[in-house]
Amino acid sequence: MADLTVKFAGITSPNPFWLASGPPSNTGDQVARAFDAGWGGAVWKTIGEAIVNTSSRYGAIDLEGVKMMGFNNIELISDRPTETNFREISEVKKRYPQNLVIASLMVESKRESWHEMVHRAEGAGSDALELNFGCPHGMSERGMGSAVGQVPEYTEMITSWVKEVARVPVIVKLTPNVTSVSHIAAAAERGGADAVSLINTINSLMSVDLDNFSPAPNVGGKSTHGGYCGPAVKPIALHLLSTVAKNVRIPISGIGGIGHWNDAAEHIALGASTVQVCTAAMHYGFRIVEDMIDGLSEYMDAHGFRSIEDFRGRAVPNVTDWGELDLNYKVIAEIDPKLCIGCQLCYIACEDGAHQAIAPWRPEPSASHANGKQATHVANIGEGNGAAKTNGEGFSVHVPRILEEECVGCNLCALVCPVDGCITMRQIHTDRAPMSWNDRTRNQSKECAPPTSTTD
Amino acid sequence: MPLRETAPKLSPEQYEKNFAEITPVMTPRQAAIEADRCLYCFDAPCTAACPTHIDVPAFIKKISTGNLRGSAREILSANILGHSCGRVCPTEVLCEGACVMHEKAELPIEIGRLQRHAVDYVLANKIQLFQPGLANGKRVACIGAGPASLACAAELAKLGFEVTVFDRNELPGGLNTYGIAAYKTRAADSLREADLVKQLGVKFRQKTEIGRDISFQNLENDFDEIFIGVGLGETWDLNLPGENLHGVYGAMEFIETTKLRPFHEVEVGRRIACIGAGNTAIDVVTAARRLGAEIVYLIYRRGEHEMPAFAYEYQLAKQDGVSFLWQTQPVRILGEKGLVAGLECVRTHLGLPDEKGRRSPIPLPGTEFKIEVEMVVRAVGQRPATDFLRAIKGLELNRDGTVRIDAQYRTGNPKYFAGGDCTNGGKEVVDAVAEGMAAARAIAASLNH
Repeated sequence: MADLTVKFAGITSPNPFWLASGPPSNTGDQVARAFDAGWGGAVWKTIGEAIVNTSSRYGAIDLEGVKMMGFNNIELISDRPTETNFREISEVKKRYPQNLVIASLMVESKRESWHEMVHRAEGAGSDALELNFGCPHGMSERGMGSAVGQVPEYTEMITSWVKEVARVPVIVKLTPNVTSVSHIAAAAERGGADAVSLINTINSLMSVDLDNFSPAPNVGGKSTHGGYCGPAVKPIALHLLSTVAKNVRIPISGIGGIGHWNDAAEHIALGASTVQVCTAAMHYGFRIVEDMIDGLSEYMDAHGFRSIEDFRGRAVPNVTDWGELDLNYKVIAEIDPKLCIGCQLCYIACEDGAHQAIAPWRPEPSASHANGKQATHVANIGEGNGAAKTNGEGFSVHVPRILEEECVGCNLCALVCPVDGCITMRQIHTDRAPMSWNDRTRNQSKECAPPTSTTD
Repeated sequence: MPLRETAPKLSPEQYEKNFAEITPVMTPRQAAIEADRCLYCFDAPCTAACPTHIDVPAFIKKISTGNLRGSAREILSANILGHSCGRVCPTEVLCEGACVMHEKAELPIEIGRLQRHAVDYVLANKIQLFQPGLANGKRVACIGAGPASLACAAELAKLGFEVTVFDRNELPGGLNTYGIAAYKTRAADSLREADLVKQLGVKFRQKTEIGRDISFQNLENDFDEIFIGVGLGETWDLNLPGENLHGVYGAMEFIETTKLRPFHEVEVGRRIACIGAGNTAIDVVTAARRLGAEIVYLIYRRGEHEMPAFAYEYQLAKQDGVSFLWQTQPVRILGEKGLVAGLECVRTHLGLPDEKGRRSPIPLPGTEFKIEVEMVVRAVGQRPATDFLRAIKGLELNRDGTVRIDAQYRTGNPKYFAGGDCTNGGKEVVDAVAEGMAAARAIAASLNH
């Protein structure tokens, strides 16, 4: 069975699954229950100066019946006294010596304040420190959180202050609300950070109540921008993770849209050593970690990976610049008429939304394509039997047909198709050798003198 | 005169439970989830399968976006009787039968229930979605107030015609009011629907029979065009000895009492035989069981596989504990002191297929047997309203007694158009609506010509 133990910046976690700093890691009681459920570590809800929170604080968007597809919050850091937090960290560490407790810290941008906080966090027994340079609301307006993380110089400076006194590993948590997150990551690395974690939440305004025009989350009819997270943000997190993975040498803790083991595995494949989860735990409770551990373990066994390191970062080299992609790689769509249910979503998506490469089902044999292109024949089920397909109730099933000559291999039809495996993208072997845009422009600049560019 | 023995009366609660709507209404959340399941097919097979071609994906999408008014408008503009069709349509052989979900080995989208969800909303909130068209000065009479006539009248009113509906019944709605099982739709539902048509300015003259209360000549003088939507006539007789005994009912007559009288006042025998196996027969036997009849026989000359009722309807009757006597033909109704006391039947075997492809039943001599019943219900189909139709000059009838119309719904008398059961011989409510609307457009086209 796969070994899920992770060595991260000099500390060891029983598995890569940590609670991210947030409401689920607000108290010692919660963190203890999380460890009982199987979480390897917990980044404590950010500890700092006394704050006052609003009511309400959270907002969500649902998608076609799925609740909390995207989530946001305008909650601030811990509203509990720092001494309470540190006391509970100390108690949890005594009860769970194998699990990691990482203190998330945020204080005013003064060297002495940071030094004092580091001492207290270490004194409580924290295994590592996470510097919250990412919180996008409330704290940033007071010169903390993302106000630090959005400026490379501040990030480097405060990281270096912390590193002056810290004995445990220091993780810098990065905000995605910047032009280039890898610049900030590099600044943290220069400041001496032992690791980075990303992404913090994304600036967002959740929704507007169309009856009273109050934005959400509603605080007396008003609202403010909050931090966006949940399943919807995973692609953004993966992109930013990949850019950081390519640009720093220190370990990374991946955060953003992780609800299942496969989300975690994708973060790991893009370079994360550990992953952090908040929204999914807020949605379903700590118990979700059971399948995260089980599913990841099964996946690793199935692929022969004995440890996280065996596949960590495997996908990083495959993330490249557009200019390096092979322009001679060609796929076209293929519909399996046996699986097709006749919804014709592929047809209308291609016709209106893409490249007019699918002919709709037509009852008459002399069907003409809506775009004036002639469909050569009506889609039939099977090979040459000419029989129309009917469903179990005797109604005909409208199987559309790919116009292979027109298909550009964009994937849209396969993406909209509601039947798994019905539309596949088949590779067409061209005789041409792989060639990227960069290859092409290099060749052109060799062959003919400066490339003509009159239009920009 | 009472029956020989009647079914024991039930408590008011039990009657209401027995006749509670068979498909419960959806909560907004249930509707949203079901609407989101809809794939929003392009050129959707459900729309093609609906005789009125309601744009099903469009109205379902509107439910999922919370636009219930728009959804109901989408439904009702294609089918003004979308309210009752959402309840009584045999959706499993129409829209839901065509749903692509079958191919995905998933349950079809509950189109009928979603349709009700949207239409119920506008009716409950008394939202008027449609306005009469700009008056064009033309007058049309619709004879009958059933689905075909109501659909025709509504469509014409929207086009600016002045329309009057003449109906011999006390209440409008035709079979929707009088002839469909109470657990599918109540008379009140049908009347609310007729109100939608009234809101368009259509006038209703109930308890008015053309040819008796108003002459055809006067009608023809007063109106530019006339639409015949009178449906069918009485239930066919069985032509059996004993048919005039007390306790022999026509199916429509029996169902009508369940729709218009309080359930405890409906006279029902302790033991009943219903002759016939169509969808109306199912309405009869299920109603009888739900009214408290203890033994209910459904008697059919052919076998289970030949029964005309839809599979879904058959299932209902089975669940209600009806006893099916297949390949059984009634021979005589037995009486005692003028009251039904039993039924003598004979077994049949099935011979060669007839012109419709159904195997003909042939009685087997010597297999006669008797059952004790207090009530016999004829459910062998309705005959055309021939006497009424023959009174209209120039009207041509087909061999089966239905009104002959051309592709423009015009009858042999150019002043008269027709649609619904009186032309198609008896189909679904939704077919009558489709024909009524098409006839309205044909009438408009002929008058604008």
